Amino acid sequence: MTKFRVNKTKHVDQTKTVSFNFDGKSYHGFDGDTLASALLSNGVHLVGRSFKYHRPRGIMSCGSEEPNAICQINEDTDLTEPNVRATEIELYEGLKASSQNCWPSVNFDIGGINNFISPFIPAGFYYKTFMWPKSFWKKIYEPLIRWSAGLGKSPTKPDPELYDHKHVHCDVLIIGGGISGIIASKIAAKNNLRTILIEDKNILGGSTIFQKNENYKINNKYSSEWLDEEIVELQKLDNLTIKTRTSLAAYHSYNYLLAKENISDHLPLDKRNGDIRQRLWKIRADKVLVATGAIERPLVFNNNDRPGIMLANSVKKYLDFYGVSCGFNNVIFTNNDSAYETAVSLKEKGISVEIIDIRKKSNSKIVKNAEKLGVKIYWNSTIVNTFGHRKINSIEIMNLSEDGSNVVGDKNRINCDCLAVSGGWTPMVHMHTQSGGKLDFRENDQTFIPTEIDENHINVGSCNGDFELEEIINNTNKKVKNFLKVSETEFDNTSVLNSKELDKRNIWLLPNYISEGKCKSFIDFQNDSTVKDIKLALREGFKSIEHVKRYTTTGMATDQGKLSNMHALGIIADTVGVKMGTLGTTTFRPPFTPLTFGSIVGRSVGKFFDIIRKTSIHEWHSQNNAKFENVGQWKRPWYYPINDEGLHDAVQRESKAARDSAGILDASTLGKIDIQGTDASEFLNRVYTNAWSKLGIGKCRYGLMLNEDGMVYDDGVTTRLGENHYLMTTTTGGAANVLSKLEDYLQTEWPELDVYLTSVTDHYSTASICGPNSKKILTKIFPDKDFSDEAFPHMSYQNAKIDEINCRIMRISFTGELSYEINIESKYGKSLWEKCIEVGKEFKITPYGTETMHLLRAEKGFIIVGQDTDGTMTPIDLQMDWIVSKKKYDFIGKRSLYRSDTIREDRKQLVGLLTDDPNEVLEEGAQIVSDVNKKPIEMIGHVTSSYFSPNLNKSIALAVVKSGKKMNGQKLIVPMENKNINVTVSDSVFLDKENKRIYA
Amino acid sequence: MFLINCPYCGERDQSEFSCGGEAHIVRPKQPTELSDNQWAEYLFMRKNIKGVQFERWNHAHGCRKWFNMVRDTSNDKIHAVYKMGEKPPVE
Repeated sequence: MTKFRVNKTKHVDQTKTVSFNFDGKSYHGFDGDTLASALLSNGVHLVGRSFKYHRPRGIMSCGSEEPNAICQINEDTDLTEPNVRATEIELYEGLKASSQNCWPSVNFDIGGINNFISPFIPAGFYYKTFMWPKSFWKKIYEPLIRWSAGLGKSPTKPDPELYDHKHVHCDVLIIGGGISGIIASKIAAKNNLRTILIEDKNILGGSTIFQKNENYKINNKYSSEWLDEEIVELQKLDNLTIKTRTSLAAYHSYNYLLAKENISDHLPLDKRNGDIRQRLWKIRADKVLVATGAIERPLVFNNNDRPGIMLANSVKKYLDFYGVSCGFNNVIFTNNDSAYETAVSLKEKGISVEIIDIRKKSNSKIVKNAEKLGVKIYWNSTIVNTFGHRKINSIEIMNLSEDGSNVVGDKNRINCDCLAVSGGWTPMVHMHTQSGGKLDFRENDQTFIPTEIDENHINVGSCNGDFELEEIINNTNKKVKNFLKVSETEFDNTSVLNSKELDKRNIWLLPNYISEGKCKSFIDFQNDSTVKDIKLALREGFKSIEHVKRYTTTGMATDQGKLSNMHALGIIADTVGVKMGTLGTTTFRPPFTPLTFGSIVGRSVGKFFDIIRKTSIHEWHSQNNAKFENVGQWKRPWYYPINDEGLHDAVQRESKAARDSAGILDASTLGKIDIQGTDASEFLNRVYTNAWSKLGIGKCRYGLMLNEDGMVYDDGVTTRLGENHYLMTTTTGGAANVLSKLEDYLQTEWPELDVYLTSVTDHYSTASICGPNSKKILTKIFPDKDFSDEAFPHMSYQNAKIDEINCRIMRISFTGELSYEINIESKYGKSLWEKCIEVGKEFKITPYGTETMHLLRAEKGFIIVGQDTDGTMTPIDLQMDWIVSKKKYDFIGKRSLYRSDTIREDRKQLVGLLTDDPNEVLEEGAQIVSDVNKKPIEMIGHVTSSYFSPNLNKSIALAVVKSGKKMNGQKLIVPMENKNINVTVSDSVFLDKENKRIYA
Repeated sequence: MFLINCPYCGERDQSEFSCGGEAHIVRPKQPTELSDNQWAEYLFMRKNIKGVQFERWNHAHGCRKWFNMVRDTSNDKIHAVYKMGEKPPVE
């Protein structure tokens, strides 16, 4: 046992030694320790360097509010985790941790030089300094800032751990397992309410569980003993789920909450067995009781950040819970009674302690208790300086003036090895405000407390501003019964004895004889914001607390200002001369403590990240060496390389084959919507730009769909299957949006229409066969069918059968070739495809992917919505005036086609581009200009599609160009990084303008 | 993450729904007779108020039905839910 382990407690098992490593050195702790308590038991206070000035910093607290003791855990490149609070890490055998933000070591840190030049790096330093010269930014400033910024190291390999999500519903959720949370849980669960109690520590009991003081008794027992018995009773209740090691991350509206459960983080690495590491609970609760407690406030004085300066109640917890004394020569610096409990506890164990109290007196029982034990108290005094580089060794104190605004008298130096400070308590109102709750300001102890407004959510205990034991028990009992509407009498006659605090004095910034400019009085320890920074921000004109916060970065570190926000507010209020309550607070946002990315994404990683849709023919594509492309959620064959063919060669080969003989494409992913109803034709008239009433049964028609603003939204071929029955196809990516848009119009604008829409995308597979030999292949597959132009004309459809299976054949073409699409029920898709391949062998049928499809349609000048259009193109811009009906009175988007903006002649319009060098292929997205000499160069358009066409043996491109319609034959320039490419505007149809090939 | 009482399915999580913007904007029956300004008023102008707002919602991952909802945008309290074509509540 080390000399700092002075006390045996039941929470730490001193028979079980646990060895761990910190900053490369081996230490021992015990089962039940946190990393922080184990380090303190070895006398280690210095655990990190501050962010900006690299000042030595030590463990300050014992919980989630810890600003200084943040560590890097685990060395493995895939498991390492930065910014973990040593106060929250449960010690396990073999734990490896290291301090952050120091180089080469925490004891000797080069960055510490920042401390000495700190007068030159005030608030806003970065904004003011790294402005000039401009050329320094990229090579000097940015790399320098990046090197010095950030806390800790991210893992460099994927996280191998397993994370889980769980959805739960309950009647009552209680957040916080301290005394008020336990009373609330018991009342709820005893009255048949399904209750969940969550607690972020590994055991219940909060700060009462280590309270063993004559002045705090419940039913004549020490409050800790009383609570122990309550916890035993609680664990017997059926309706109650207790989740320890579970911290609330977010409290959203309608009582929807997220909590993170740590499942294996406290186990030695070899005992984790690949189990789930963390589980994110998604809780929908009927009623929520917040019992998150309060955080002790530090005090703001000169050099208040040295290792060994800690929060008073934390010093008590280390002593009474972990059995560790943080020092042997303690000084307590306080403005309230609660720190006297620490003094009594120390003194009772024979450890030296003195008290500096800024108040003039206090006559409460606990103060009398301390005096009786012989604790020396310096009343009406303040600390003006502290000393000791890597750990505090002495302090200097002075008396306060009558009004507390100044110091008077002589300086008095006191030696110490631990300074426990207490500036009172701040209710943890984070959850309340996250849920949308408001706060009231209570003058007498300068706290923000929750305003109760919601009938499904209350705050109890010290997070509600009840700090004394008697208030906590009685108010919690009363409020919970009222809130849950139950009549439970168990806690009605609880007798509580506690010391009452009678005297208060709060001074946000303690006065000093040293001028303010020379003091280092820290407000935010992690981000190194001082009083000087806040005052500078105010002088520079920042008024809103939100602006001061961002300019000085107060409260913006990983601890989110749990210890600093109130002091910043108080000092701003004092400086500006307004009441603190009128300033309001900064916004508390989730998460309350940092969440791992793993717990946020849960199982949605790797192939579960998003839905993957595959056609029924997918397996064949894989077996035939297809490379796939993601189109929305679909995996589509991109190209089918033979041997070691690259994309270019494969596409050239596939494209040539499709035009010379036959090609086959899996078109199953196109969106398919089945439209039925007596008003189906009228409906199509309203949603497409062209007319549909006269389309004969068995005929197909291409349609263009606009948004109400006149811009092209989607396109596709729709087939009339029967009098009141159509099959619409949409683009692959647009299918879901088109369906919901059509539903929207049907349900909200035209409910009188008798039309029913059904998505049948997944119901049918489609093989599209094109090329001069496609008719021969179809004839072989369907020997009974007449495929002559007369019997089966272009843009028509017929039913057919393959081996008794029904299918639909559409003669439609997206390539400009003679082309047929066979639709069959999806389960037969693969066998249909294999049959086509088998029969097509003698015609060298070639499977082609999306890249070849894009090339073939570009040769023919067919657009792809989303590639050649971008939501700003009208049909007129696309030179597709022919598809816009002049006769129809109305259709979606019609009125917008002659708004003043859409009839402008200098809009970007779709044209073809031919490069002067036929082998030069333009880059898609490249800008187009007409004059490179006139500065600034005007961009008049961009390339939307570009390919080398093997069938025309030259480069072709589609582009949108301002006033492009009138530019046919004009020379333009596509400027690239090293050269200008000369191009000529052409017609957008490059191949077979006469449409001969579709009748081949 | 609020709960929405779909008039066809009952109470469901917000993640099942999508919002379709301001409600009770009727598509003009005779668009061709409107001036550019009148058409623009229909096409582009939407209210975005802090307070009680009438909205269109779609139970996108449910029954796919559109309906109307009265929501206070300042605190997400839902005051009423009613079917398309029904009259909005007076209050």
